[in-house]
Amino acid sequence: KMTDGLFLKCCRHVAEQNKDIKFKEMYLDTVCLNMVQDPTQFDVLVMPNLYGDILSDLCAGLIGGLGVTPSGNIGQDGAIFESVHGTAPDIAGEDKANPTALLLSAVMMLRYMGLSPYAQRIEMACFDVIREGRVLTGDLGGSSKCSEFTEEICRKVRESE
Amino acid sequence: MAFRRALKRLLQEIPNQCVYVQGSRCYSTEARQMVTMIPGDGIGPEISQSVKDIFSAAGAPVDWEDVDVTPVKGPDGNFRLPPKIFDSMDRTKVGLKGPLATPIGKGHQSLNLALRKAFNLYANVRPCKSIEGYKTPYNDVDLVTIRENTEGEYSGIEHVIVDGVVQSIKKITEEASMRVAEYAFAYARDNNRDTVTAVHKANIMKMTDGLFLKCCRHVAEQNKDIKFKEMYLDTVCLNMVQDPTQFDVLVMPNLYGDILSDLCAGLIGGLGVTPSGNIGQDGAIFESVHGTAPDIAGEDKANPTALLLSAVMMLRYMGLSPYAQRIEMACFDVIREGRVLTGDLGGSSKCSEFTEEICRKVRESE
Repeated sequence: KMTDGLFLKCCRHVAEQNKDIKFKEMYLDTVCLNMVQDPTQFDVLVMPNLYGDILSDLCAGLIGGLGVTPSGNIGQDGAIFESVHGTAPDIAGEDKANPTALLLSAVMMLRYMGLSPYAQRIEMACFDVIREGRVLTGDLGGSSKCSEFTEEICRKVRESE
Repeated sequence: MAFRRALKRLLQEIPNQCVYVQGSRCYSTEARQMVTMIPGDGIGPEISQSVKDIFSAAGAPVDWEDVDVTPVKGPDGNFRLPPKIFDSMDRTKVGLKGPLATPIGKGHQSLNLALRKAFNLYANVRPCKSIEGYKTPYNDVDLVTIRENTEGEYSGIEHVIVDGVVQSIKKITEEASMRVAEYAFAYARDNNRDTVTAVHKANIMKMTDGLFLKCCRHVAEQNKDIKFKEMYLDTVCLNMVQDPTQFDVLVMPNLYGDILSDLCAGLIGGLGVTPSGNIGQDGAIFESVHGTAPDIAGEDKANPTALLLSAVMMLRYMGLSPYAQRIEMACFDVIREGRVLTGDLGGSSKCSEFTEEICRKVRESE
């Protein structure tokens, strides 16, 4: 009641000052229950540290795992964007890796830096390549090399100027 | 009288097995057992009646002692739980509870807390199994969450350090951790489960989750016929939504259990179809964990599945597995066949019709 209570009180206070954005409150267990039944009902979720650790991984799982999920750490004095998957030593140096997670994190970074038009083009190119399904790395179900996947995205980015 | 009591105790210790002789009804020497029934509010009375009817159709040797847990005014003017709930549970040691409305004030929480304390209910058990005929985005789910229910992040120890800074204490004890770990392995063995996985975050909470994990490892060593795994909670969640079929029995501290048990209930269709049991040293209470559904109360529209499956867990706990099996199978058959389903399951039948269909199947299965 005190700890999460304080967190909630602060969120409510900020919500009052941002009335153009809707505000909801939900118990963590209820969120999880609903998240696996219909994740489309959720938008932006803000929460304390441990719940965030859990929910962020749960939600990454919903879209396909850590290999495709971007991540950003925002600070008062700076920000670091990062891929949250492992180093995959078994395929390191073999031109087999999937750069999507790091690329989408870099797209977040561009937006943070105020370079949205570039973010938009790069993100769209990445999603187009995956959607088209012709040039995909192994983990995405294809057999292309990392360099081929990268080149395909580059091609699309150049085309979109 | 003393002889009958002694006989009853003796019979309760022997696993209650019905020997089915070909074609004829079994006349077992099973003693009838009394169970405390808390019908609850809203749709509670209807679904409780469904359970009683189905048990009757199965010939289960269970008698019911109904108790109303509406708080009563004491001589000092304060509202308290009626003593009869404790009297009843003290005698029966087994309870089945329907949904309770949250009254104004703290009555509802007090009941759960009071029951938990009175009977040392230390493990919350939720079997989550995909129900054929009730489609969800996930298939073939068959896992069990076992949650330590007495301590951890819910010890209720919080304090203000200075204005704007609050601290909460997570308490983990060797006693509680050993107890729930031992229960998890015993449950796995009794229910023919393959693997127990301890869910934790001992990388971050080195002492608290570390102690919990240590206890699980210790118990695992003494139960080498059951496989043992350890997994971080966040990794479990990540994997759970991608492929829940990889999980079997999961044991974990209080908060993680609160989260994971609801997550897993969501995988199989929600709280309306998920059973739940609270196991204690001095008794056990099985309960539906959905709401009272006041909008459909009294309209014969409710779905008794969650309470029924909880009652099935209860039968197994009481050593009455053959009855549990028949009732569970009848329930699953009716849902699979899809002809007689309540509204929430996608049909248009009444609660009584759904109940009668299950009763019919139960009688047929003798």
